[in-house]
Amino acid sequence: MTRIRLTALALAALTAAAAHAQSDKIKVGLMLPYTGTYAALGTAIENGFKLYVEEQGGKLGGKTIEYFRVDDESDPSKAVENANKLVKRDNVDVLVGTVHSGVAMAMAKVAKDNNTLLIVPNAGADAITGPLCSPNIFRSSFSNWQPAYAMGLVAAERQKHKTAVTITWKYAAGDESVKGFKEGFESKGGKVLKELNVPFPNVEFQALLTEIAATKPEAVYAFFAGGGAVKFVKDYAAAGLKDKIPLYGPGFLTDGTLEAQGAAASGMLTTLHYGDDIATQKNKQFRLAYAKTYKLQPDVYAVQGYDAAQLLAAGIKAAAGDLTKRDAVVKGMEQAKLDSPRGAMTLSKAHNPVQDVYLRQVDGQSNKAISVAVKQLADPARGCKM
Amino acid sequence: MKTRIAWIAAFALLALLPGLPEPIGTAFHLELGAQVLTMAIFALSLQLLVGCTGLVSLGHAAYFGAAAYVVAMLAPQSEAGNGWWLLAASVGGAALLALLIGLLVMRTRGVYFIMVTLAFAQLVYFVVHDTSGFGGSDGAYIYFRPEFRLGGALLFDLQKPAHFYWFTLASCGLTVSGLGMVLRSRLGHAFAGIRHNEQRMRAAGFPTVAYKLASFVIAGGFAGLAGFLYAVRNGFVNPEILSWHQSGNALLMVILGGLGSLAGAMAGAVSFVLLSEWFQSLTKHWQLLMGGFIIGSVALLPHGLVGGFRALRRTRPAAREIAR
Amino acid sequence: MDLTTFLIQCLNSVQYGLLLFLVASGLTLIFGIMGVINLAHGSFYMVGAYMAFTLASLTGSFALALLLGLVLAVVFGYLLEWVFFSFLYEREHLQQVLMTYGLILVFEELRSLIVGDDVHGVAVPAWLAGGVPIGHDMSYPVYRLFISAVCLAVALGMYLLLKKTRLGMTIRAGSVNREMVQSLGVNITLLYRLVFAGGVALAVLAGMIAAPVSSVYPGMGAQVLIICFVVVVIGGIGSVKGALVAALLIGFVDTFGKVFWQQAAGALVYLLMAAILLWRPEGLFKPSQS
Repeated sequence: MTRIRLTALALAALTAAAAHAQSDKIKVGLMLPYTGTYAALGTAIENGFKLYVEEQGGKLGGKTIEYFRVDDESDPSKAVENANKLVKRDNVDVLVGTVHSGVAMAMAKVAKDNNTLLIVPNAGADAITGPLCSPNIFRSSFSNWQPAYAMGLVAAERQKHKTAVTITWKYAAGDESVKGFKEGFESKGGKVLKELNVPFPNVEFQALLTEIAATKPEAVYAFFAGGGAVKFVKDYAAAGLKDKIPLYGPGFLTDGTLEAQGAAASGMLTTLHYGDDIATQKNKQFRLAYAKTYKLQPDVYAVQGYDAAQLLAAGIKAAAGDLTKRDAVVKGMEQAKLDSPRGAMTLSKAHNPVQDVYLRQVDGQSNKAISVAVKQLADPARGCKM
Repeated sequence: MKTRIAWIAAFALLALLPGLPEPIGTAFHLELGAQVLTMAIFALSLQLLVGCTGLVSLGHAAYFGAAAYVVAMLAPQSEAGNGWWLLAASVGGAALLALLIGLLVMRTRGVYFIMVTLAFAQLVYFVVHDTSGFGGSDGAYIYFRPEFRLGGALLFDLQKPAHFYWFTLASCGLTVSGLGMVLRSRLGHAFAGIRHNEQRMRAAGFPTVAYKLASFVIAGGFAGLAGFLYAVRNGFVNPEILSWHQSGNALLMVILGGLGSLAGAMAGAVSFVLLSEWFQSLTKHWQLLMGGFIIGSVALLPHGLVGGFRALRRTRPAAREIAR
Repeated sequence: MDLTTFLIQCLNSVQYGLLLFLVASGLTLIFGIMGVINLAHGSFYMVGAYMAFTLASLTGSFALALLLGLVLAVVFGYLLEWVFFSFLYEREHLQQVLMTYGLILVFEELRSLIVGDDVHGVAVPAWLAGGVPIGHDMSYPVYRLFISAVCLAVALGMYLLLKKTRLGMTIRAGSVNREMVQSLGVNITLLYRLVFAGGVALAVLAGMIAAPVSSVYPGMGAQVLIICFVVVVIGGIGSVKGALVAALLIGFVDTFGKVFWQQAAGALVYLLMAAILLWRPEGLFKPSQS
């Protein structure tokens, strides 16, 4: 009796193992903000990701994609638990997320501890492709340093400003962005007179706007996102500073916020690795397909989601569909040359995108890419030991 | 006596979880169990303060988070830290912080007490959030789970999900029995007296401020235990664990479970965590369900889950009486 | 810091403080007179901002949106009190905290379902756009002066209502002794319902007039809520005068704190609250002095 039971169990185990190894599904775990302030960004990223997969017929490397979703609520205190739901409960093959840097830091730890493949489709924390870099961690978006550094160069060289004041929220992303700007600006002879900080997520800017007016710099560099970005740009214009001291910032200052900002943002120059009207065939196709599928206009977050899927596809292809061959997957992703809506994109050694950073100007309701501020800019990946 | 047996039975049952076969005894469920138990310890510590002494604090996360951050700051980066030292330092640190803040807040009462505890918790939050030494808004990592050694030999390996689960379960048991002892002692009776009528206690000659402070510090210490477990399990601390949302959640669990009852605090923590999980799996707009549940349960069960349970038990014998 | 800049910073402080007062006054009234802790007060502010956005887009006129919004707010507050809050009076504070916390979650999700999660802006009406030039580079937005004017008008109106009218007298009496007032023949239920509707309307008005400067986004209610409670507690629960003084105090501390002490700017308001409560454990003013 026991022998039969034992053989039956063994057979079952064997078939299960075999089935898992040759599974024709790839489990993708999406950990994104589906509620809260960043909900719109989370949805855009997922939409972009799914669009690419749909364009490949719903399969990557011949395998169907099975999605698992967890709402991270942009809450770092629950992030490890949420990531574990995907990694340990759902046993996903690849983890994709997220928007908020604090949450992404937790995800990076979980990915490292469990050797899960992680693709970050937004969070710009320099550390993720810096001191925390790892063979299984990739980013399809940007590092906070990239657009900021480019803006610093533009402000000093193209716009010929000699002095500037920076202003941002007092949190990691703000600090990194300001550092990047300062590095670019001062490398070309500029000088940052003051670095102003607003406690996060306070949006009362009047006091510091008065301070800026009193300091009289030639330029102001600001980093805010979402509701804060809308308010700051509007307050800046309402305080009469818009026409006297030009305002610069990374694209997040004016991305997804133009409808709310209205005339206050017109003519503003920003730098970002994407612009709505990039004149390539790929971008036009992408925008058409996205608008048709989702009845919405895509933004940089959708592009980042789309490219995350492209990146994953490159890895799967290099491993001929077998994700257990992790080295091949990683190599495939590292050497990927993506035809992204943003232009040509490759990855640096630290797994951060090497991409063109565009100089964009606000024209009506869109950010028009007027030139390439820096071609194929790579994040210096300070602290990365890969 | 009956309750003691019930407690021991419950903990014994919980201890069996790692032994159960898949799909119940998985590593994920063990971690979920540890998460629930950690929250239960946090809720139990607040129950002492709110339910037993009548001091409603909206800043309890400060002690939870302080302990977690002590672990993060003291744990070495390239090897496992000394568990005994980290445990003592984090719980001690939390208790010390509770003493300092407690000394300052004891003058206030009622709603003002609630607000001033919130104020101090926010102060701790901003200090941690704005200081890069603590890791700032990105948080800090704990690279290795600490080791508990006795004379060179490893007592248990916290890296193993089962060991960590039992460690957390034991800590929870310790919390329940410790708090139970306190509540049955003279100290505990003084707390109850203060909850019912502080003025009368003072008139009877009790130094109520000292007693309230004692409750505050003990509660802070146990919250620190929860913070230690949280930090070790997650390996990642972030200023958000010090936010008033965390404090609010703890208060929610205590009220949900029923004020004044240790079992209630545990029930509240368990149901809150598990319900959040369940609602999230149902819909994207799960917060609507959560909000509705909170409103409904307070409306229908004003004395929490434990109160509802007791009411249920009361009605049956009474019905039998009437039927006779 | 030269004199002009100092004066402008004072103006900034007063304007911020006055807007805070507008939101917090409703909270202190509801809290002080009906003894209800309402965590959902920030949600009313958010509702106001979103109403300004939707009504302004529908009607095309900000002024019309304000008027319509106020009417809707009073109706909404009246109904909400009837259906929900009237059950909270008998409950303990903790249960009120819990139920209104649940209400916040419900409001946020309803907002997400009805209006979505995008960030929106409301245009400043043309007749209020533009700035008053101050100094060389700065101009003070006319709209912000308008906000301050509205808040001052409301403050004056509340003072007159509470101190000089019979209704105000009844409200104040009701906060001290509900049963007594009831036995004197006053319909206390109706009274409370009106006061609650008024409190809601104040928060909604604040959200509406702040919408052009603060923009409309998810989570805006939570930010304002906690500051509101700080204002109410510093000022003394139930005291409208206290709310005004506290709000202005916070306005100055926040504004000058950002300029002079950036490291501690985030914590300053809480430091202030802690300091005041240690000095005066029940806030600055008692309700009887409102």
